[in-house]
Amino acid sequence: MILSGGLLLYATKDFPSWGDPTSPASTHVSPRYLKKSLEETRVPNVVTSILADYRGYDTMFETTVIFCAGVACFMLLRTFEKRETDHYYRHVPTGITIHIKGQREIPIESKEFEKIDAIWTPYDLIINTVSRFLVPFIQLFALYVIAHGHHSPGGGFQGGVILGASMIVLAIAFNLRTAVRRLGERIDSIMSALGVFIYSGIGALCVLLGANFLDYKALAQILPIDRVAARSDGILGVEIGVGIAVMAVMICVYNNVASEGRYDEGL
Amino acid sequence: MIWQLDLAILTLLIVCAVAAISVKDLLATAILFGAYSFMMCLLWSIMAAVDVAFTEASVGAGVSTVFFVAAVFRTTRRTKD
Repeated sequence: MILSGGLLLYATKDFPSWGDPTSPASTHVSPRYLKKSLEETRVPNVVTSILADYRGYDTMFETTVIFCAGVACFMLLRTFEKRETDHYYRHVPTGITIHIKGQREIPIESKEFEKIDAIWTPYDLIINTVSRFLVPFIQLFALYVIAHGHHSPGGGFQGGVILGASMIVLAIAFNLRTAVRRLGERIDSIMSALGVFIYSGIGALCVLLGANFLDYKALAQILPIDRVAARSDGILGVEIGVGIAVMAVMICVYNNVASEGRYDEGL
Repeated sequence: MIWQLDLAILTLLIVCAVAAISVKDLLATAILFGAYSFMMCLLWSIMAAVDVAFTEASVGAGVSTVFFVAAVFRTTRRTKD
């Protein structure tokens, strides 16, 4: 291990120095991207234009990898057996905890009683209130990150992760059932597939309009904009697809891991 | 690029990395891994790769730490090796 590490460290001596303009990586296509990106796609953030336009295939299959991770997590962990535990409820007006032995349950529609996890967590007003206030702002910021990826760092992946994190905050601060009630498992699964579908659908639409796959210039034929703006809008559409897919997969993975695939009691 | 800052972050990064693989408590490992990701994020932003830094902060330091904590919560906290 030390030998291979030493060899790797020795090999770094041959690397081009940091930010070297004559290094092999930055002499072939990079200058072209840096020069042409703004006039070809009207996207000031070159990273976004390279990720979603010039290297669209890579990003599409990255999204597919994320989707596959979600599917794998679902396949490995999801079970439909019920846990053989007692049920615990909190009487909302008085704050008394009730322990019901056996498999009897209070119906979920009951306003008086609120189900709580078997691993008892204290009812914390501060955490609940703060997270309830915070979640809309986190989601707004995530939408800003997705939509503003053209001009500033960010894009579909980061925005999607932040959107998913907002639901995870909800699941941790309240309980898993609250979060699942807001965004059900079925809708979540559909959304994770929908995100990949939006991405590949935009690519396929370009083929139908007579251009190459993911060549957003072709979108100018159906949208009332010129070909350069079409590329910019194509990137936005693709980023939205990535965002939806990543958000849904993050929530799916968290729910499955935190509840051992039972979707009843989380962290 | 301030080299003192760079050196301090690199040292912390290596400390976090070594600690994360040598600590027996898996919850501590998850938190140390989050700290490692955060140091990595600072390094990316020092190297002016802001997009990568953003991804590292949201995915590495944020969500994956939560996933690890959830996995530790549902399995055991001590490693066997």
